[in-house]
Amino acid sequence: MLEEKEKKLREVFTIADKLQWEIGEQFHDRVIEEVYAHAKEIAESSVIKSPDHKYSFETRVDKIITSKIFGFPLMLLLLALVFWITIVGANYPSKLLSYILVDKGLSGLKYLGEMLKMPSWLSGFLFDGMYLAGAWVVSVMLPPMAIFFPIFTLLEDLGYLPRVAFNLDGIFRKVGAHGRQALTMTMGFGCNAAGVVATRIIDSPRERLIAILTNNFSLCNGRWPTQILIATIFIGALVPQHLSGIVSTIAVVTVAMLGVVFMFLTSYGLTRTLLKGEPSAFSLELPPYRPPNILQTLYRSIIDRTIVVLWRAIVFAFPAGGVIWLVSNIQISGMSIAEYLIRILDPIGIIIGLNGVILLAYIIAIPANEIVIPTVLMLTVLVNKVGVISATAGVLMEVESTNEIAQILKMGGWTLLTGINLMLFSLLHNPCSTTIYTIYKETQSLKWTVVATVLPIIFGVIVCFIVARIYYLVL
Amino acid sequence: MNTKCNDCPVSQNSLLKKNREDTSNFDYIIALAGNPNVGKSTVFNMLTGLRQHTGNWPGKTVDLAMGGFTYNGKKYKVVDLPGTYSLLSMSADEEVARDFILFENPDVTVIVVDATRLERNLNLVLQILDITDKVVLCVNLIDEAERMGIKIDDRSLSRQLGIPVVLTSARRNKGLDVLLKYIEEVITSKYICKPKRTKIKDKKISAAVDEIVKKLDEIFPDLINKHWIAMRLIEDDPGIKRWLENRLKEIST
Repeated sequence: MLEEKEKKLREVFTIADKLQWEIGEQFHDRVIEEVYAHAKEIAESSVIKSPDHKYSFETRVDKIITSKIFGFPLMLLLLALVFWITIVGANYPSKLLSYILVDKGLSGLKYLGEMLKMPSWLSGFLFDGMYLAGAWVVSVMLPPMAIFFPIFTLLEDLGYLPRVAFNLDGIFRKVGAHGRQALTMTMGFGCNAAGVVATRIIDSPRERLIAILTNNFSLCNGRWPTQILIATIFIGALVPQHLSGIVSTIAVVTVAMLGVVFMFLTSYGLTRTLLKGEPSAFSLELPPYRPPNILQTLYRSIIDRTIVVLWRAIVFAFPAGGVIWLVSNIQISGMSIAEYLIRILDPIGIIIGLNGVILLAYIIAIPANEIVIPTVLMLTVLVNKVGVISATAGVLMEVESTNEIAQILKMGGWTLLTGINLMLFSLLHNPCSTTIYTIYKETQSLKWTVVATVLPIIFGVIVCFIVARIYYLVL
Repeated sequence: MNTKCNDCPVSQNSLLKKNREDTSNFDYIIALAGNPNVGKSTVFNMLTGLRQHTGNWPGKTVDLAMGGFTYNGKKYKVVDLPGTYSLLSMSADEEVARDFILFENPDVTVIVVDATRLERNLNLVLQILDITDKVVLCVNLIDEAERMGIKIDDRSLSRQLGIPVVLTSARRNKGLDVLLKYIEEVITSKYICKPKRTKIKDKKISAAVDEIVKKLDEIFPDLINKHWIAMRLIEDDPGIKRWLENRLKEIST
């Protein structure tokens, strides 16, 4: 019985194969045409349209937003506005949080440790290492996130982001990538891991791979605060104070745009070399504008994004804080492990206009971009012994405001070049471990995962090297 | 609808209990399908009480979100499929949506469509009707359509598609009580869907499809979507071939 049926099924397959050859290419299109015609017929008899409907207003707005002349400048202006609000608004809550968590919180905990007669290594590991890294992440990262995410979500809900994709669609096609990559790129501005998963909306495997490999060039939210902080300290400080907010904003927008440029260049390079092929056709739909439900959006973006991202940062910050404390305090013949590592990395760092501390921080902070700056500060204090309060090496010092961070970094030998190159390297380096793992899961290929990880580092090193040469030539 | 209505025994909403993530021991499983950006996730959230973020752009939901509710004493599990425009182009998200409807065999598939763009949305509806019988059509964003001066004749739609049609505004919790009632009626076969499928007018193609349908009928008499499977076979879909082979083994064991 089964055998007979299996034979019949085999027959069915053979007939289908034969028919496929006979009817061939047109089959798919014919079927779709018939479905469309049927849909049209039903819709025409079930939809009653009154002549004066509201489309016209939306269409007019869309004409401006997606126009060839205004589309791009408008996009940059809006992006700049969002950053400006974030930069200006984040400073005060940051100060307050730092005062509560770091100044008061740490001394409170240390006092508690003394009361409980904790050995100094334990209280050092727990409080000076783990707790402080966590407290740092909260006070430096939370305020910009809590401002940036809700605004970003509002733009998303309003329907603006798909229009950004629409504006960029043409360029994506020109470089041989899929127009929908514009959407996954925009999503990468939130989180690269999410952007990589979102590439599932691209149906051609070749174009999907391009979108995956280049998603890291979207500056993710773990890196925004780094950009904002460093821009404020090193670039905003170059101009009179009343201009510093605007100048820092321009710097951050420039770096983000540079990322987009790199995304196009890399996509273009890939479609000409490893991933040759023609871009496939698709239609990008502009969703209607919807008035966002503001309270709900605020609530959701704070719960879904801010808290989730912050939680992730804290989860990684605790162990990283512990590791930093350990490498800073375990000594081998009179020098800590961290110092050995920094000495090894320093020459490489200097060549590309960075330093050993930054490179080591990027190694320790692979799990989360959010903890790069806290790690950098902690290590800087260690090597340069600029710690303000604690005598213990590797303690994240108590920093109240951007000004003090600036002082510490400058004591660590940082210059304008270090600042600029850190911003560039923050854009062009390996994705965080979550994203790397996601890329592996999505591509199921070790080779492409390695490419996605190493390619940005190569770009980062080259770009930083060139900038360093130019800097020394000019100044 | 104000909150008082929700407690009123006459309202269907009083029969609804949102179970959020709890999908244990469910009696029925519902698939939620639709184009991107039609308020599908809003319907999902309203039914389950979850707060999945609903973004206003295509391709937002990529993974399957799941949630549950209890209605009229029965437990339902809801699966929010990725939003797609069609089931024929075979991107990863379309495959996820299609495979779920085809292989997981949901008790009912609710298709959410945008009242302001009904024609384009119907393309997907017709494709889904080729795969499964048990469908409820949820014409959402009806308030937005009204503002634009668009009226939808739900009875005409229902007649022409052969499935129950409900007009909703999920954001304002309008029409969801009727949706729940239809879901129950379709599952319990109180309402028997008789989907009007797209008849292929091209003689050569329809003859080819008919030939395969006839053969399939001899092997799998109880298969409801032979027509669609025949088309997939002509398009040389390896997933469908594998599925048929496995199904054959299942039947005989």
